[in-house]
Amino acid sequence: MEFLSPATWEEALAAKSERPDAVPIMGGTDVMVEINFDRRRPPALIDLTRVPGLREWRADGDGVRLGAGVPYTGIVDALGGAAPALAAAARSVASPQIRNRGSVGGNLGGASPAGDAHPPLLATDAVVELASVGGVRRVPAREFYLGPRRTARRDDELIAAVLLPAPAGPQRFAKVGTRNAMVIAVVSFALALDARSRTVGTGIGSAGPTPLRAPGAEEFAAAEFDWEGGAPLPESAVHRFGELVAAAARPIDDVRGSAGYRRHALAVLARRALARAAADYREGGARCA
Amino acid sequence: MSEELHEIRLRVNGAEHTATVPARRLLSDCLRQDLGLTGTHVGCEHGVCGACTVRVDGRPTRSCLMFAVSAQGHEITTVEGLAEPDGTLHPVQRAFRECHGLQCGFCTPGFLTVVSAYLEDNPDPTEEEAREAVGGNLCRCTGYQNIVKAVLRAAEIRREEAAAAPGGERAAGAGERR
Amino acid sequence: MSETTAPASTGLPTATRDGVGASPLRPDGALKATGEFAYSSDMWTEDMLWGATLRSPHPHARLLGVDTAAALALPGVHAVLTHEDVPGEKRYGLEYADQPVLAFGKVRYKGEPVAIVAADHPETARRALDRIRVDYEVLEPVSDPLRAAFDPDCPLVHEEGSVPDDGRHRRGGNLARHQPVRTGAFAEGATVEELRARADVVVTGSYEVGMQDQAFLGPESGLAVPAEDGGVDLYVATQWLHVDQGQIAPCLGLAPDKVRLALAGVGGAFGAREDLSMQVHACLLALRARRPVKIVYNREESFLGHVHRHPARMEYEHGATGDGALLYAVARIVLDGGAYTSTTPAVVGVAASMGVGPYAIPNVRVDAYGVYTTNPPCGAMRGFGAVQACFGYESQMDALAARLGAHPVDLRVANALAQGSRVITGQRIDAPLPMAEMLLRARDAPMPPGRSALPDPADPRTLPGGVSATVLGEGVVRGVGYAVGMKNLCFSEGFDDYSTARVRLESVGGGPAVTVHTAAAEVGQGLVTVQGQIARTELGVERVTVLPADTRVGSAGSSSASRQTYMTGGAVKAACEAVRERVLALARERGPVPPGARLSLSGGAVVSASGDVLVPLAELLDGSPVEETREYHHRATRMVDPVNGQGDSHVQFGMCVHRAVVDVDVELGLVKVVEMTAVQDVGRAVHPQQLVGQIQGATAQGVGLALMEEVQVADGVIRNPSFTDYLIPTVLDTPPMRIDVLECPDPAAPYGLRGAGEPGTLSSTPAVAAAVRAATGRALTRVPIRPEDIVGLPAPRRRR
Repeated sequence: MEFLSPATWEEALAAKSERPDAVPIMGGTDVMVEINFDRRRPPALIDLTRVPGLREWRADGDGVRLGAGVPYTGIVDALGGAAPALAAAARSVASPQIRNRGSVGGNLGGASPAGDAHPPLLATDAVVELASVGGVRRVPAREFYLGPRRTARRDDELIAAVLLPAPAGPQRFAKVGTRNAMVIAVVSFALALDARSRTVGTGIGSAGPTPLRAPGAEEFAAAEFDWEGGAPLPESAVHRFGELVAAAARPIDDVRGSAGYRRHALAVLARRALARAAADYREGGARCA
Repeated sequence: MSEELHEIRLRVNGAEHTATVPARRLLSDCLRQDLGLTGTHVGCEHGVCGACTVRVDGRPTRSCLMFAVSAQGHEITTVEGLAEPDGTLHPVQRAFRECHGLQCGFCTPGFLTVVSAYLEDNPDPTEEEAREAVGGNLCRCTGYQNIVKAVLRAAEIRREEAAAAPGGERAAGAGERR
Repeated sequence: MSETTAPASTGLPTATRDGVGASPLRPDGALKATGEFAYSSDMWTEDMLWGATLRSPHPHARLLGVDTAAALALPGVHAVLTHEDVPGEKRYGLEYADQPVLAFGKVRYKGEPVAIVAADHPETARRALDRIRVDYEVLEPVSDPLRAAFDPDCPLVHEEGSVPDDGRHRRGGNLARHQPVRTGAFAEGATVEELRARADVVVTGSYEVGMQDQAFLGPESGLAVPAEDGGVDLYVATQWLHVDQGQIAPCLGLAPDKVRLALAGVGGAFGAREDLSMQVHACLLALRARRPVKIVYNREESFLGHVHRHPARMEYEHGATGDGALLYAVARIVLDGGAYTSTTPAVVGVAASMGVGPYAIPNVRVDAYGVYTTNPPCGAMRGFGAVQACFGYESQMDALAARLGAHPVDLRVANALAQGSRVITGQRIDAPLPMAEMLLRARDAPMPPGRSALPDPADPRTLPGGVSATVLGEGVVRGVGYAVGMKNLCFSEGFDDYSTARVRLESVGGGPAVTVHTAAAEVGQGLVTVQGQIARTELGVERVTVLPADTRVGSAGSSSASRQTYMTGGAVKAACEAVRERVLALARERGPVPPGARLSLSGGAVVSASGDVLVPLAELLDGSPVEETREYHHRATRMVDPVNGQGDSHVQFGMCVHRAVVDVDVELGLVKVVEMTAVQDVGRAVHPQQLVGQIQGATAQGVGLALMEEVQVADGVIRNPSFTDYLIPTVLDTPPMRIDVLECPDPAAPYGLRGAGEPGTLSSTPAVAAAVRAATGRALTRVPIRPEDIVGLPAPRRRR
């Protein structure tokens, strides 16, 4: 196994261009588990830990440009206001030790449907910034996940950052696991209300071959929601929203839970998220979770 | 084996070490096999149990999920580096021993490295905070009761020592919450 | 948390500091806290090789051939061995020698060792494994224990007559043991229908317990070093050095004294180290390569490398009168023993004799079965057959209480056993058993505050789901449940169980010093502390060294069955008494001791009855150390009758009562255990702090079994062999505990003590299950309880 250790972003992009089969590694919390289990023997690794800037975040217009390597701990500490759903997801990731190393870039690179960061990125319409020696391109998260562990990233590209739009309404994230800490999601769900565009965003994790959205549920909620006053939705509407979210999932039975339970739990999470988001909306407009 | 070897320099517990390792050598294996620091334990090698936790530039990190080559240029602290050079145990070590916060002891180094870091930022945790602080480490013997007690006791020892030390309370940040 | 207080009156010969009843620091605590303590995986020698194991990928297959040539040709490989290279006995086992050192003829579970390799680096060894070619003819797995047990057309896992058998047990076909128990009318041939007709209330239930893993944190490992005399020295983490030695030596074709074992640091055990894992393999490789060989399993291999707790399928029926007096109980308990015998017959013996719990029931019919399948082998785990039964009978007691409209504690109190009662084997309980008091104490313990009393009732850390923020209080219902469990302690059924201790008292550097040497395995429980305490108390000397455990002293028996404080504690006490007698005789012989005076040892001196120092030990023993070795045997037991299960088969009974308080998100099926209260009678708390630690650990393992822990097996294949998917409780899944310790001495036991390691694992699980039932109204007949079960959805399908 070759180990490439670029000192600059340019060197890293050049390395990835030369060795498209090389696997980038930052905190290692995903890639190394697979290597240790002998499920994967990459011919080469590109260690990005020395590349300056990947662990930084900064304001970008109204929103935030989050370096792909910012550890979850940093997101929890700094982005509770700027990206509430993502910060809530980050808080639920694995263990403190993993949160000190793991990052959104790793979640996007591995593209496991169970990655905790995906649902918030989908729900909030975040954008993934990909870079190669040929230049930079921006792909909305909603177009990023193509198939099981397959994404819009080309082999010669590295994930540079994600662009997180400024919240324009309440955001919620919740996940179900059978343990109260250090657990991989049986199912997860994120919701974002956007008062400016009067749209609703959703994201579903661990309930399909890729992270998913529930477009039908989004349209339904956007139409039903009282964007003026945030009046509580009728129970029937909340219920319908849950059904639509569950219907958008494509879960299977596995060691962590049944497909039936996943749909059921998604409906519950979706109902709760919508009811809470509506309450948040009433209380403080765009004030957040 | 034909695998390419790397000469690496590691700074562990304040001392410089060199080792020749393949890229895939885990930091945990390097510490244990190349440097003979077997206090870092490997319980699962997939980042769950926490027994292999070391501090990398102060931050608790799973050493089974880090390559030795990536640890160059960072300050590594293992359980062997917690006690004073004269052998005086770190408050966390004392507290775990006193409170019977260990039985088989296999998980203990991971708890100690985590808690030593946690108390530097949170010198006076509540019980609920102490629980959350060790949420990333598994113990199979104790049922965690005495571990939580030990975290609180270690915080107490640190505060007592800070109060007794020249410069008093401010030295260790005791009394400040966060 | 309330804890035990030190006993008021010791009644002991001396009151030396850090003796029996005190809670001195454990002598290995500092080494464990600094990282210096050497676990079996830390063993290292200059020229050692690394061993690795090739395992069967099939649960059931005929082994047609193994080709090792390509592996041997790999540079850095020093030995590649198959069953043909096993020089002695090809099979070993704790009860019956039926488990191949390396597979031959057939493989009977996925993960069975087929070949072993020694190489100069672990990675080289792994690559060598990839080069071994094995030809299998795959056979249909025998996965269903009920079919294996009761369908005469089911293929046999072991061909008739192939398992060595001494006729002790009723067995045959795929049954490793069938143990019936019949009392009252059932002993006279009554049918269930006849008893049912006499009952006012009848409850029936089918229950299931999933396969639990011990999940110790330090995987199997050890180092074998070839010796010049043709023998081998093995440094290993085990629960019983001598039973390892007794199994290893015949396989190596060596005399037992050529196979010397020393205990390396043990990273937890809980039963999983009672069977052999890598021991014979490392020795074989070391002897062949003439180099030290170290083997360390990784976590995935560990799931394949040790036995698990038997999964159980259980059918119960209880009948009672309208006022809640139990009339009869019928139970059928089927335990899946997997591919090899291990301790299955003994587990069946416990499940049978403890099958209906600590209740006075005049008519009982129990049938317990241990079954061979091609599933992973099962054997010892803390609680040993009593855990499974306890989930069954306690679920029944709750169902009966509900039917009668009685409080679950009241029903249990009304039918409680007590000192003088007989258990269903006919054995009279001759030691105190304050069961009713224990139940009432658990019920009357203060309740944890309700959710509304919390500083922040919406703090996710206090809610089901934890920091995942699934709940902000919606749908959360509190439930309370109770359970009691009884477990036989020490080895039962006629086993001549003993431990050996060598104790030396001498003058060292002008002061008296004691050395204690046993082969007893310190597995974390704190036995090494207890040995020192007993020596201090018995010899009145503070300075005690407990030597590392090895086979240079006689067997100590196993660190299991809650027996070591009783047995090795008893042996140390006996050896100390023998030393004391000789020392006092010496004092009478040499010293200025008034004839006929009553003497004792205290404060490092021989003292008179009035406490006057007659002669300091340092002076008396200068140049003439006193050393004695003693074996301590507990009272004899006997094998129960194979037809009616009657007989005094047990040494002692332990009991724990739990009250569980849970919050359940009834919509999502998630549980947060709020508090566990445990009440346990320990006879005598030798080291209160360590004792409470045992009960806490046992309680946590029971919580794990109730809510999350299961080795998921489909068609003989473990689907979750990792800590990512085999979940054990984290600190956030383990609630604050209230531990209430009673000390009602057992006159037959050393210091009156009662083994304490296991009982808490019994009652913890059904108490949590009862609490979740109380919160949800669901029947919940299976543990671990899955979210699916709570919300009423079908279980996930199991696919390989």
